Amino acid sequence: MYQFITGPLLWFSFVFFFVGCVVRVVLYIRGLDWRLDRVTYTKNISFGFKGAVRSIVFWLIPYGTQSWRANPVYTLIFFIFHFAIIVTPIFLSAHNIILMERWGFRLFMLPDAVSDILTLLVICCAMIILLRRIALPQVRILTKPHDILILIITVAPFMTGFFAYHQIPDSEFWTLVHILSGEVMLVAIPLTKLSHVVYFFCSRAQIGIDFGVKRGGMKSGGMKW
Amino acid sequence: MAQGTLCNNRPITTEEELHTLLADTHGKKYYAEMHELDVDTDKLGQLIEKTCKSRIRTWLQICSRCGLCAESCFFYLANNHDPKQVPSFKIQKTLGELVRRKGKVDNAFMQKAMDTAWGKCTCCNRCSLYCPMGIGMGVMFSYLRGLCFSQGFVPWEMKIGSGMHRVYRAQMDITGEDFVDTCEWMVEENQEEYPDLEIPVDKEGVDTIYTLNAREPKHYPEDVGDAAILFHIAGENWTVPSKGWEETSIAMFAGDWEGAALQVKEVYSAIERLNPKRMVVTECGHAYRATVIEGPYWAGLESGKTPVETIHYVEWVLEALKTGKLKIDPAKKIKEPVTYQDSCNYIRNGGLSAVGREIMAYIAEDFREMKPCKEHNFCCGGGGGLNGIGRYRQQRNIGMKIKRDQILETGAKLVITPCHNCWDAIRDIEEVYKIGIRWSFLKPLLLSMVIVPEHLRVQEEE
Repeated sequence: MYQFITGPLLWFSFVFFFVGCVVRVVLYIRGLDWRLDRVTYTKNISFGFKGAVRSIVFWLIPYGTQSWRANPVYTLIFFIFHFAIIVTPIFLSAHNIILMERWGFRLFMLPDAVSDILTLLVICCAMIILLRRIALPQVRILTKPHDILILIITVAPFMTGFFAYHQIPDSEFWTLVHILSGEVMLVAIPLTKLSHVVYFFCSRAQIGIDFGVKRGGMKSGGMKW
Repeated sequence: MAQGTLCNNRPITTEEELHTLLADTHGKKYYAEMHELDVDTDKLGQLIEKTCKSRIRTWLQICSRCGLCAESCFFYLANNHDPKQVPSFKIQKTLGELVRRKGKVDNAFMQKAMDTAWGKCTCCNRCSLYCPMGIGMGVMFSYLRGLCFSQGFVPWEMKIGSGMHRVYRAQMDITGEDFVDTCEWMVEENQEEYPDLEIPVDKEGVDTIYTLNAREPKHYPEDVGDAAILFHIAGENWTVPSKGWEETSIAMFAGDWEGAALQVKEVYSAIERLNPKRMVVTECGHAYRATVIEGPYWAGLESGKTPVETIHYVEWVLEALKTGKLKIDPAKKIKEPVTYQDSCNYIRNGGLSAVGREIMAYIAEDFREMKPCKEHNFCCGGGGGLNGIGRYRQQRNIGMKIKRDQILETGAKLVITPCHNCWDAIRDIEEVYKIGIRWSFLKPLLLSMVIVPEHLRVQEEE
């Protein structure tokens, strides 16, 4: 079992994740149509490029946009959540030790205490996001089971990894569940709303180009996000 | 397929059809027929398949339902934070559902979609500035309007407006002859004060072709006269076309893309015929949006630009002030507190936010910004055609409360509104809420403070 999920299934998950994301991006770009979208994607490229970069960068900076500034608490939770989700698995010492054993190289490793804190932050932020979904009427009305499901899919590897690392009985079981849940998340990314991993950049770039070449960018110097 | 005599999925193409529809006061019969209108689900499905591509499909899919768009919407705010006014909710329940069901929807659904697309959204696009995913909900509502129009589910006034463009190439029943007559009349009206005043019609090779909003020759002819006087004072080498002078597009508001294309092509033909160096568009927001921003695409121009460089009237005013073509008498500058309404169509969606401020520095001593302002300003409440739709008058009046409060907060009693829709909405804010404000386009204000050069003045008899 362990051999299978850390061998072929892991490979499958990673390949599915990468290929799935690439396919998503390619299909997105191929589906853009200057006539239907009413955006000249291939004209005035410098303005389009500038618009796309502005549209992505400002939204990646905490409190970099009016929207982020108007929602200070949510913004804080949002950025901590996403930062911890990306940084923790990549720089976790245990993952890098496996990388070293299998492929002979490793990345920078976070101290375990820091990884623990980041993992707990992911779990706490997810709880707050969930509570927010239930508590705020304007979010509750939008929420569907899919939203709860992807939150569970996202948090599961962190929670199970935490249990496994801290030897919560049965540690072996939690390790297996941790690996499986990680694989589920990788597979889910191209298939669910988690595809925003790539679509965030596509969509932000598209609307950035729209404002950059068509809706004012050539007269204003760029949208003030 | 059950189709009404007035309410049906065919656009208006003849004067007779137009008059029949106009005779149906308040669209009483039209809306009654709408209840019986069949949805051609196959055709709708095919249209969605053909026109709904990756951009909109992705927007619908990746909405993380975070609700950050809620507070960006003036309808949500004005309706006591009603969750059903959250932009994401409105679009998912209409277009989202329509796409998911591949057009397999019924009459009740289409009526709900219509009521949402026109009665709960002005396509101001403010929400797209507040969505982390960059989802353009205003763009999607505009697309939804097109789907509704294709099936005949369109507010009565919008169907009329689209028909006007198709029949008269103007949003109102005003012909080229009527327009030229109005120009001649306005010259006569003002010749006593400005003896050399003229409105050159169809003059080739000029610097500037000026295009208008049909409301001006139809209801506010003095605006045509004011524009002519200001061009005259500024020494502008200009003309108006006798055909292709109308910039606006109720067809755009109606979701009648074919009608919108017919309209802009008329304007572009005038440009090609008269070969001016540039075009100036009157003080109208949606006219600029339709003819300058969206129009090139409807007309299939791959450059995405109008055949010649085009500027909005506010840009022309600023240029004239900066170059000294128009000089302001300092003693006549606006002394009282004054505020400026940013039109969504050429500020948020046109990049001209700085222009208004620079003009204010020339003409006003106590200029006060609304909060928020510029790209983040709220819609006046009457954009997207909402001003003209009787069915949603109540919804519009509620929505206008946000603009009312913004104006009140500035302490200004004068609101400068270089946009016809904003001008109407702010007039109606006063009519409905009686807050003691005045509103004005730029032209009459400029005329009241501009220095008329010596050689243009009437010579006093000795």
